[in-house]
Amino acid sequence: MIDPIFLAEAAVNGILLGGILALLALGLNLIFGVIDIVWIAYVDLVMLCMYLVYFLVQVYGWPVWAGGLASLAFGALLGVAVHLLIISPILGSAPVNQLLATGGLLFFLQSFATFLWTTDHRSVRLSLPSFEVAGIFLPLTRVIPFAISILALIALYVFLTRTFVGTAIRAVSQDREAMSLMGANPQWIYVVTSAVGGLMAGLAGTLLIFQYSVHPFFGGQFGPLTFMICVLGGLGNMVGAFVASFIMSEIISIAGVVWSTEMGYVIAFVVFIVMIFARPGGILARRG
Amino acid sequence: MSLLALAGVTAGYGAFTALWDVALRVERGEAVAVVGPNGSGKTTLLRVISGMLPVRGGTLTFDGAALTGRPAHEVVAHGIAHVPEGRRLFPNLTVADNLKMGAYLPRARTRYRETLERVFGLFPVLAERQLQRAGSLSGGEQQMLALGRALMSRPRLILLDEPSMGLAPVMVLRLFDLIRRVREEGYTILVVEQNVRQVLKLVDRAYLLEVGRIKMEGRAAELAEQDFVRKAYVGL
Repeated sequence: MIDPIFLAEAAVNGILLGGILALLALGLNLIFGVIDIVWIAYVDLVMLCMYLVYFLVQVYGWPVWAGGLASLAFGALLGVAVHLLIISPILGSAPVNQLLATGGLLFFLQSFATFLWTTDHRSVRLSLPSFEVAGIFLPLTRVIPFAISILALIALYVFLTRTFVGTAIRAVSQDREAMSLMGANPQWIYVVTSAVGGLMAGLAGTLLIFQYSVHPFFGGQFGPLTFMICVLGGLGNMVGAFVASFIMSEIISIAGVVWSTEMGYVIAFVVFIVMIFARPGGILARRG
Repeated sequence: MSLLALAGVTAGYGAFTALWDVALRVERGEAVAVVGPNGSGKTTLLRVISGMLPVRGGTLTFDGAALTGRPAHEVVAHGIAHVPEGRRLFPNLTVADNLKMGAYLPRARTRYRETLERVFGLFPVLAERQLQRAGSLSGGEQQMLALGRALMSRPRLILLDEPSMGLAPVMVLRLFDLIRRVREEGYTILVVEQNVRQVLKLVDRAYLLEVGRIKMEGRAAELAEQDFVRKAYVGL
């Protein structure tokens, strides 16, 4: 029998991981919900941002906050570039072409990163203390990214519900044509959405580089998981994706302690497949 | 000079031509109806005016500005608000957020509060239901919201597509009363309707559209007297 304290620690770690997964999933889901295209290469953009922070902080000695801000700006620019160069020209074409195009971007980014930076794993190590609460170790290198993720998600919520542009983004996701009758240029709303999605990728990249090492195939580690979370929560459903992030992170984290990390992913995928049959519209979808 | 003028407008979808050589004008402060049977091109006509459907030929002029070929979001900025067929509300946004989106244009946004008060004055039920999802409103309330949302852009011309569609007869009468009140506030209105009898009581002039062509034009009262119209549409 496993010591309950390990299980408790795994549950806490699951929550900490869930915060970052939620950031990734909501970024991807926001873009899908509004533009109706899944950016298969989303986590590969995160990978580029991780490299940026690595070089700025580890190699050039920038302070962490400056590297983070640069990553946010870079992520937003990447988002706009992906939209204007790849998505915008194929908006009217068949969905399979759109998947192929963003899938092609994934292979391009992986190969290009390998060419530029080799397959070496690189990381930024911060020596921050851990503290202990009721026998559970909480490393600040994980608690701080979690807190920042949650704050960012609250900021996203406020942006989408309280501002004109944020409300317009939600309106476009419900009826694009009607929103153009309100005087909004849908193309502009798409650019703003892509920038916000990219900004979230930039933030996720900053938070991840302090916990994981970056390499050209980093996208393979989190990409499928992020997509799974979005489907599990219901594509385009922000609340669903948020809940699904924590379900997945808890499964991975607890199964990882009980069996092994690999087994954690196996169980997560099995749960995903079962849920696809049981609730194809996502965990929060109404039946029928 | 007319507020809105269409000359020789031809438009359609794919190989199908829905409007042939349409000429139409709306003067400032006027209420004009376009009536005609189902499939005569009434909805297409409004879609062409608001820029949702490009014209194949002809010209569109609004207050002296050429609007031919302008996209929908630019046409609104000129002061034309379109209440489209089926209302097209944002069903998962609240009533308040739907109205807010009506004021999306920068010049409408700066006077958002003031316009909102006016809209709530016209439709008090919208004020009561501000925090409700638009999709949860009744048909009549949804039509009021669609109308209110259009007013939020502070338009100079309102296009109404079948406002009575899907409403119970009692609600249709109430709605036409409300549209009459909107008129009395000084708005210029172009409305397309199948409910010919009601709409001819509301407007100054009317056009009869049949299979994509304007067949008749005249004062609403005169048109209602025409034997042909009476038999075909008014049912008297």
